[in-house]
Amino acid sequence: MATRKPYIRSMDGWWRRDPFFVRYMIREASSFFVAAYALVLLWGLWALERGHNAYDAWLEALRHPLMVLFHLVALAFVSYHAYTWWKVAPKTMPTVRLGGREISQAQISAGGWAAWAVASVAVLVLVGWGTR
Amino acid sequence: MKRSHEPVVWSLFGAGGVLSALFGPVLILITGVLVPAGILPADDAMSFGRMQEFAGHWIGKAVIVAIISLFLWHGMHRIYHSLHDVGVHAGTGMKIACYGLALAATAICAGLVLAVN
Amino acid sequence: MAETKFIEIEVFRYNPETGLEPRFQTYKVPFTDDMSVLQGLQYIKDELDGSLTFRWSCRMAICGSCGKMVNGIPHLSCKTFLRDYYPNKVRVEPLTHFPVERDLCIDQSDFLRKLESVKPYVIPREERSLAQGEYVQTPAQMQEYYQYSQCINCLLCYAACPQYGLNKSFTGPAALALLHRYNADSRDGGREQRMELVNAEEGVWGCTYVGYCSQVCPKQVDPAHAINQNKSASALDYFMRFVMPRGGE
Repeated sequence: MATRKPYIRSMDGWWRRDPFFVRYMIREASSFFVAAYALVLLWGLWALERGHNAYDAWLEALRHPLMVLFHLVALAFVSYHAYTWWKVAPKTMPTVRLGGREISQAQISAGGWAAWAVASVAVLVLVGWGTR
Repeated sequence: MKRSHEPVVWSLFGAGGVLSALFGPVLILITGVLVPAGILPADDAMSFGRMQEFAGHWIGKAVIVAIISLFLWHGMHRIYHSLHDVGVHAGTGMKIACYGLALAATAICAGLVLAVN
Repeated sequence: MAETKFIEIEVFRYNPETGLEPRFQTYKVPFTDDMSVLQGLQYIKDELDGSLTFRWSCRMAICGSCGKMVNGIPHLSCKTFLRDYYPNKVRVEPLTHFPVERDLCIDQSDFLRKLESVKPYVIPREERSLAQGEYVQTPAQMQEYYQYSQCINCLLCYAACPQYGLNKSFTGPAALALLHRYNADSRDGGREQRMELVNAEEGVWGCTYVGYCSQVCPKQVDPAHAINQNKSASALDYFMRFVMPRGGE
């Protein structure tokens, strides 16, 4: 009988081998900024509890150029998270049918992106309203 | 075959994912860019008084805890799995570190909103 | 008369009997615009190097035998054309994430075990006698599972799935898509029995939605959709068991 000696290939650097996997890793990396931003907010909440001076110090810290830079990068990554989240969302649901007609995955994603836009405008309006 | 307990953290990850996919970008834009850059006046949008008032309402408290907590559960769940993807398999220790951070932050956050105003 | 065009095909070679590490061997193959990568391999075997070993059968994208990595991406070699790569070199390797037996042939026994593990057959809801006749199924009912029944077991999705590559205990895309195919079939009553596998780490929870499986599938089975909609089902099952302890189905 012929000799068998199955050869096992390494998984080292697997995600660098294909642009698809690189995009996947970037998508996953976006969640780091979701968590990091939450910690910035937690810091602000802690400052709020400590009183006026502490809170103003937090606001001042947010004005530091590096902090603004961090938030710009976070904005880019979390926007990418939002975009890919709604792209993937239909895959977690069974086929949706409304009145006999199938709602395509593209339509579900479009709905998600639309909700993202509406939510963003709503928050901007709410926040802006208070500044009147 | 053993039933996985993944659904517990997956549900938290999913809730945080939806919340951050709807409100994440705009919140970062406002608190991290527009207000610090002075485009939205800080004295109005994020003043101490206004934030205190917001955190005084039970609705405000709920929103604050939801956002901070669920954003963290979402992030830590993916960070834990991404570490596995790049070959870091620290097992139970890593699980406790990642999810422990989210749990601790949730507890701290809840404590703070109850203490403030 | 037109001049013969040549394309370079670089092939992964491995001979278990020599004990040597794998290497690449490059062949110059005359080609015409209608030639597939498979035909290129066949030319090499027939005319240049009879020792080259690879699997193929129908050469029309339905048997699932000829899966290979072509320039690092899983493809059916009979459905991938040399003209799309010319004048660049074409690199052909065995499907990733599987042990290599020889040259371009992989050991798929793990996949076959995974297939068996999902109970891939209609499990009747109740005992049926021959006198009851055949099952009746409407076109709409067939729509529910049809796409998932199109799998040709070509293993491209396993080659695409890094979670399977990192952890062989993961059941994997095709097997889980097949599991869903039976759950979604109106004739089947075996959902309960399959839930044990679904709910396990080896089941749907091994998936992190990379999504590459659905992209490379030559039959548009969309295994990513099959797996991820079952995450919701599994989560529901996890929480509902406290609310509604299982009695009947």
